[in-house]
Amino acid sequence: MSNTDKPLVKVTDLNVEFHGNRKAHALDHISFELPEGQVLGLLGESGSGKSVTLRTLLRLHPQRTTRIGGKIEIDGKDVLSLKGRDLEAYRGGTVSMIFQEPGLAFDPVYTIGQQIMETIRAHENVDKATAAKRALEMLDKVQIPQAKRRFDAYPHELSGGMRQRAMIALALSCKPKLLLADEPTTALDASVQIQILLLLRELQKETGMSVIFVTHDIGAAVEVADRIAVMYGGRIVEENTVKGIVTAPRHPYTAGLLGSTVSTENRGQPLPAVRGAPPDLSALPPGCSFAPRCDNASDKCRSEKPALLAADGERLACWHPVRELMPIQRDSVCA
Amino acid sequence: MKTEDNTFATQDKGGPAQPLLMVKDLKKYFPVRGGILNREKKFVHAVDGVSFSVAKGKTLGIVGESGCGKSSTARLVARLMDPDSGSMIFDGEGVAEFGGIEFKEFRRNLQMVFQDSFASLNPRLTIADTVAYGPEVHGVPKREAMARAHALLKRVGLEPSMFGSRYPHELSGGQRQRVNIARALAFEPRLVILDEAVAALDKSVQAQVLNLLQELKAEHDLTYLFISHDLHVVHYISDEVMVMYLGQVVEKGPVDDIYGNARHPYTRALLSAVPSMDPDNRTQHSPLAGDPPNPINPPSGCRFRERCPHAEAVCSSLVPALMAVKTNQEHTVACHMNNAASGHSQAVGAGMASAAEEVAA
Amino acid sequence: MASTFELLPQPPMPVVVARSRGYWGSVLRNLMRDPVAMGAALVILIIVGAAIFAPWLAPADPFKGSMIKRLLPIGSEGYLLGSDELGRDMLSRLMYGGRLSLMMGVMPVLFAFGIGTSIGLLAGYVGGKVNMVIMRVLDVFYAFPSVLLAVAISGALGPGMSNSILALTLVFVPQIVRVAESVTTQVRKLDYIEAARMSGASAFSIIRTHVLGNVLGPVFVYATGLLSVSMILAAGLSFLGLGVRPPEPEWGLMLNTLRSAIFRNPWIAALPGILIFATSIAFNLLADGVRSAMDIRK
Repeated sequence: MSNTDKPLVKVTDLNVEFHGNRKAHALDHISFELPEGQVLGLLGESGSGKSVTLRTLLRLHPQRTTRIGGKIEIDGKDVLSLKGRDLEAYRGGTVSMIFQEPGLAFDPVYTIGQQIMETIRAHENVDKATAAKRALEMLDKVQIPQAKRRFDAYPHELSGGMRQRAMIALALSCKPKLLLADEPTTALDASVQIQILLLLRELQKETGMSVIFVTHDIGAAVEVADRIAVMYGGRIVEENTVKGIVTAPRHPYTAGLLGSTVSTENRGQPLPAVRGAPPDLSALPPGCSFAPRCDNASDKCRSEKPALLAADGERLACWHPVRELMPIQRDSVCA
Repeated sequence: MKTEDNTFATQDKGGPAQPLLMVKDLKKYFPVRGGILNREKKFVHAVDGVSFSVAKGKTLGIVGESGCGKSSTARLVARLMDPDSGSMIFDGEGVAEFGGIEFKEFRRNLQMVFQDSFASLNPRLTIADTVAYGPEVHGVPKREAMARAHALLKRVGLEPSMFGSRYPHELSGGQRQRVNIARALAFEPRLVILDEAVAALDKSVQAQVLNLLQELKAEHDLTYLFISHDLHVVHYISDEVMVMYLGQVVEKGPVDDIYGNARHPYTRALLSAVPSMDPDNRTQHSPLAGDPPNPINPPSGCRFRERCPHAEAVCSSLVPALMAVKTNQEHTVACHMNNAASGHSQAVGAGMASAAEEVAA
Repeated sequence: MASTFELLPQPPMPVVVARSRGYWGSVLRNLMRDPVAMGAALVILIIVGAAIFAPWLAPADPFKGSMIKRLLPIGSEGYLLGSDELGRDMLSRLMYGGRLSLMMGVMPVLFAFGIGTSIGLLAGYVGGKVNMVIMRVLDVFYAFPSVLLAVAISGALGPGMSNSILALTLVFVPQIVRVAESVTTQVRKLDYIEAARMSGASAFSIIRTHVLGNVLGPVFVYATGLLSVSMILAAGLSFLGLGVRPPEPEWGLMLNTLRSAIFRNPWIAALPGILIFATSIAFNLLADGVRSAMDIRK
């Protein structure tokens, strides 16, 4: 991950705690970097903190009940201290997001064309005609057939796949440098899912933007990501290239996830399953949060949180990994 | 672990050769409310002539995308809805027919596990009460029903002393789904319909529940109807697979045949739409364009023709019937290319060669 | 049984495993943490207590008047809250009046709760044409403003307390049926009802075990909200002469008979009104508290 340029995204020691009605320690001092033009897959299950990470990058949490520590630097800006107009310009202009439920991003009483235009005009000083032209171009870019007709359509008139494409058009309308994708294909049928994944890959290559793609489906991550960071219990437990993760996982959780992924080889035998259930973020155990479910767990695991080690583009936080990591250098992003 | 309560355990009447469930030509149309002056009534052809049979002790997997009718089929089989036409035979006896199986007894034979583990449980009842409710309805005295409930909870991995008096909102998704499975088993059913039962679970929990289902199937001599959109899971758990599209069955056969030698263009497309797990070999082209269509007023002839790369004139005029493929009697497909008499230019006269061509395409 | 599937060792339980309270238990617990609701409950308790124990607590006979001691101001000797236009002790009359006023306010809601929930459950569960017939018939009643309807029915039936209670019950039944039917229809679609149907249980058993418990909650909240309305409507009916007849003490009636005293001793004339107001608001705040207590269940 050596990069002479400054990375586009640099998150240092990000810590998020909710103390409203439901208390939870959602993110536990995570750090990562993302250079320009790269796609990072955040892989994890419920309670891993992957969605919270995205929302924190866009400052979407209610201020009153959220305690955020650490530092987020995106495109040279200190995100956690942005206010007012700067924050508005940042959202959508520098960083944009697409969601799991395509219908939720759109207001049902306006056409999608109107909503894309509204976003464009909120960020740039252009007149209606230019905004309309740009919006139509975006709809074409996301390969919506008969874009002109869809421009004047209301969200409920579009099918799921079309709405997802429209949401991507909305997110990209102001040419953000970073796109955050929160499980965008989870709610879609398989045949539509692959279309959207390919579309995202194409658009990313075309625009050169960086993408953080959150998912629980390894297959989807393999299709779009360059690197994968595996999250568990609010921490990053492993990070590597996609090939490294899939062929040579180090963390027992990653290995367990890959092993229990149902595939053709398993037919006729019991699946190697990871026992137990994802942790409760309001009552995390001391030490490694995966220890209760881990076959390799020792007393050290249960009492001490593993440090995040780095070596040659990989990162791992585990006392007894499946494959040892040979740390060559201690990166500055160590937790 | 079968209870020896003869008055409760359901009996095998038809013998091993009799399929446990035979469904013939099920149809269900839902009217779409048009405007007041709308003369032409539109219908959602949710299930349009579905027939299949399930052998005892086997698992039939039903796959398809949104709008294909698999969930509606499940509800018709479970008699949560009445079909507009078609018949059902359970272990040799007609269902809801004069002289057929009595309805309440039918309800003991056939149970269902739903996708939404939370909505499937009454939030006001403890999970032990929920599991015991079924047997109580069928006349089992309360104490015995509760004992049975505790035994089942233990079997699915939830220690009764710890979990029995909990409420659904205190459990995780995987635990709730185990409760649903225990609840279904409390009836000692013979057929269990699993309607996307593992779809909403985390992947690590999904594997646990799948293992549990396989174990229980062997122990209790169960037959499963497994409905899912996840092709991997269906491959793992099924003996036979049925592919549905727009309310109809397009292909059906033994699992290895379907996954290794799919003959319907839709099945092939679906199989290749699964994301690749090999980073060096990513998917380059999407096999299908557009979204799954709306089952309101479907196209004439073959319903898949508007998205099929091999569509020809005969496909819009003639509805393809389910016919066996040359290599395997058990494997049927509804496609004109499989029928030498259909007049399709790629009809199976060319035999195995055309299959190889399609795969290379 | 040779099984590779191990009985799951559960991950260590969170430290605080609260003993599983029933649903209503947790509602009560939440309610007790709400200071406003508790204050309102206290007010109601005092008023109801005074009404129930009036025969033992009241200082004087509420019917015994005195022509020379008319409209004595508040704080007069022997008349803590003064006396009314016929010389009767206000405090005693207010306490005894509470009995009738509360009864006229609470009984209709209770009756409507029972009748309305039953009809609503039936309409919601059965659905179809039965539902349509029931709801459209009730719509006719629902179309009238409550006060107008109450006055009309009461006027047709004639004065008297039982007639007023009947009239108010008839006013509230359609409203409660609406809520009950709406919730039942929603609950009916949920998977656990389908699962119950799959068990082969009779409709009655399903309604009793699965539907009723989930419907009672929202209907209960609505009904407690109706209490405040009912108090005011009951008082209004008496004020108009359609409810309790003199010389029975009842707050609404007292408001009427004390009208002539407004210029001479306005505070006395306002007393019954203040009590109606206080009781009504207390019921309202309590109902709000119950609603919130039921919301933050999870």
